[in-house]
Amino acid sequence: MHHSPEGTTYLNYPKGLMSWLVTLDHKRIGMMYLASVLFFFFVGGVFALTIRLELFTPEQNLLTADQYNQAFTYHGVIMVFLVIIPMIPAAIGNFVLPLMLGAKDVAFPRMNLASYYIFVAASVMAVATMFFGGVDTGWTFYTPYSTQTQTATTLMLCAAFVAGFSSIFTGLNFMATVHKLRAPGQGWGQLPLFVWAIYATSVIQVLATPVLGLTLALVALERVAGVGIFDPALGGDPVLFQHFFWFYSHPAVYIMILPAMGVINEVIPVFSRKPIFGYKAMAAAIFGIALVAFAVWGHHMFTSGQTALVNMLFSLITMFVAVPTGIKVFSWIATMYKGSIHFDAPMIYAFAFLFVFVIGGLTGVVLATLGADIHFHDTYYVVAHFHYVMVGGTLFGFMAGLHYWWPKFFGKMFNSFLAKLSAVLILIGFNVTFFPQFILGIQGMPRRYWSYIPEFTALNQLSTIGSFVIALGFFLALGYLTHSFFFGKKAGSNPWRALTLEWESESPPPLENFRFDPVVTHGPYEFKGERV
Amino acid sequence: MAGSVDTEGFKEHHPAHHFKDADHEFFTVKNGMWLFMLQEILFFAPLFVAYFTFKFIYFEDFQYSAAKLDWKLGAVNTVILIVSSFTVVRAVVAAQRGNNEGLIENLIYTIICGFGFMIVKAIEYSSKIADGVLPGAWMNNAALVEAAPQAPLFYSLYFMMTGLHALHVAVGIGLFAWLLLKAKRRELGPKYYTPLEMTGLYWHFVDLVWIYLFPLLYLVG
Repeated sequence: MHHSPEGTTYLNYPKGLMSWLVTLDHKRIGMMYLASVLFFFFVGGVFALTIRLELFTPEQNLLTADQYNQAFTYHGVIMVFLVIIPMIPAAIGNFVLPLMLGAKDVAFPRMNLASYYIFVAASVMAVATMFFGGVDTGWTFYTPYSTQTQTATTLMLCAAFVAGFSSIFTGLNFMATVHKLRAPGQGWGQLPLFVWAIYATSVIQVLATPVLGLTLALVALERVAGVGIFDPALGGDPVLFQHFFWFYSHPAVYIMILPAMGVINEVIPVFSRKPIFGYKAMAAAIFGIALVAFAVWGHHMFTSGQTALVNMLFSLITMFVAVPTGIKVFSWIATMYKGSIHFDAPMIYAFAFLFVFVIGGLTGVVLATLGADIHFHDTYYVVAHFHYVMVGGTLFGFMAGLHYWWPKFFGKMFNSFLAKLSAVLILIGFNVTFFPQFILGIQGMPRRYWSYIPEFTALNQLSTIGSFVIALGFFLALGYLTHSFFFGKKAGSNPWRALTLEWESESPPPLENFRFDPVVTHGPYEFKGERV
Repeated sequence: MAGSVDTEGFKEHHPAHHFKDADHEFFTVKNGMWLFMLQEILFFAPLFVAYFTFKFIYFEDFQYSAAKLDWKLGAVNTVILIVSSFTVVRAVVAAQRGNNEGLIENLIYTIICGFGFMIVKAIEYSSKIADGVLPGAWMNNAALVEAAPQAPLFYSLYFMMTGLHALHVAVGIGLFAWLLLKAKRRELGPKYYTPLEMTGLYWHFVDLVWIYLFPLLYLVG
């Protein structure tokens, strides 16, 4: 039943460009996602640097006010819909999830390929808007502005709608895969926590994304057909849009962070040579976060005219998110306690994740507090908070995962020293960029403006300098990873001595993943007698 | 039962390489189909929530506008869809028993029902359009707007909810036509009828959405 010839890998068998473009292999599709996501990360990053350059001084430096609006819209839309959301599940998860389950592929390989091409179509549409007048609504498409602006917003709405279906199909596929394609001996209690995290993410993707899809369709219909659902002139209600939008987009925040937590769940026990602390509590916490995610959307609308009672309830429920999150953070720390810690690049990123994510999380509690939020709403405090969670959380989790599974992806090792150096550069650059923004926010600098009062200049300049340190760190990563791809040392099947199934196959794995039928005989984190 | 099953003469189906056997494939696909319907429910949800919200705010206008809908046509369509759900079940049973003629017959009945539904829908829509009763900004019926200022919003929701549903019916008709082709090639038999069962599930879902839309738009009030 194992068809691929001895000595071939998924990278070189079958051969030819066409075999890649129509591949049904989850590993190849994952790598195609990875390439696309990294490309759009670069594009979104260029927009970010452009924004930071404009904000280097209060004067107009290189963008007009309208161009600035477009720049932060593209930065937001590209980073959210084309980078952060698919980054871990669709790219890394696609590759790793079936391997971790001992499966030959995802449940529906053709649907998986369709997801990828739907994603590509959405990306093309999103990029095409740049040539039809651009988009200036921000990534949130708030009505009534989004129904009135004369920019290419309709096309961008369609792009986000289409991207949503890619996300739904991926989530559906992963759920069915976890339900039905686990290896013999692998019950739910033997699943690696990365699988739990991807699974919970998928639940959110399947349940929340359709609401966003239809809502964006309504905004598009509003623009082309004047249906009036969100238009007060026709009896509609713009605040209803906010409810619909955040019903998806708050859970979407957990679509972004849960997979990153999943990566950290794998990295910390492996590099501490210790079983994960509180496996069941960790799995439950993942689901706790996913569940609470659906009941907190109103905290984006404290200033949108909800009643005081509703505000209080959303504030309270939002603080509940801190409970499962706290369980996870303390369990990670407890896992490391008395462990034999190895400081390889994935672990450095895991440390960076913990450090930065805790700041992002705690400032989230501050924002959930009603009185404080009225002051912080739409200031740089919010910008700093969600960058600490999305960049510090998701992106650092992604980088941890990229380095952790890189040897499995390509069968090559990377330069460990340069990897650590780049991780440290990115961590420092990140904090230099975004910590000043907390202070700016507290001092009242509003978000989404191309200028500011002169008193804010010093902190903004610090922030801009930090953003270029981040860029330097990523270019360094691009350098040594490219070098590793072509000239890296052979990795061997299990360079990190991990216990999950993907490491039992070769690096890189062959078509259909395993040359034997994998059976699970031990838990994913049962490290024994290895403490030094 | 076993004696009446004709397993002969059907094209053999090979399960995809990553499944253990045909049953494994069948139940995995079914699992995926249920998940798909879960997302479908959420896809319709905002329209229902919007409808309830605005009905709550503009109760009188919505009642007045709803009374202008022809409940008899709605009822005819309800009967058509329920009958078609029955013929789909008969088609699945026929396939399970290896009765290819019965399968083809019931697929044709189902497709006829689908077209019947669309024709009734077209009659409804065209009478509304003729009266200038159109969604939102397109509303062109002064008398209606005078009596119920929020009628445009009601008809926005009416056209979008029934329109999205009709789109699902159209997709269903296409799927059944595809299945009919498969049945004529004797590809659906007792050992393999997965696409038929899944399309059946989808069709029941489409039916169920209508079961909610009909009382909500045509009957209440």
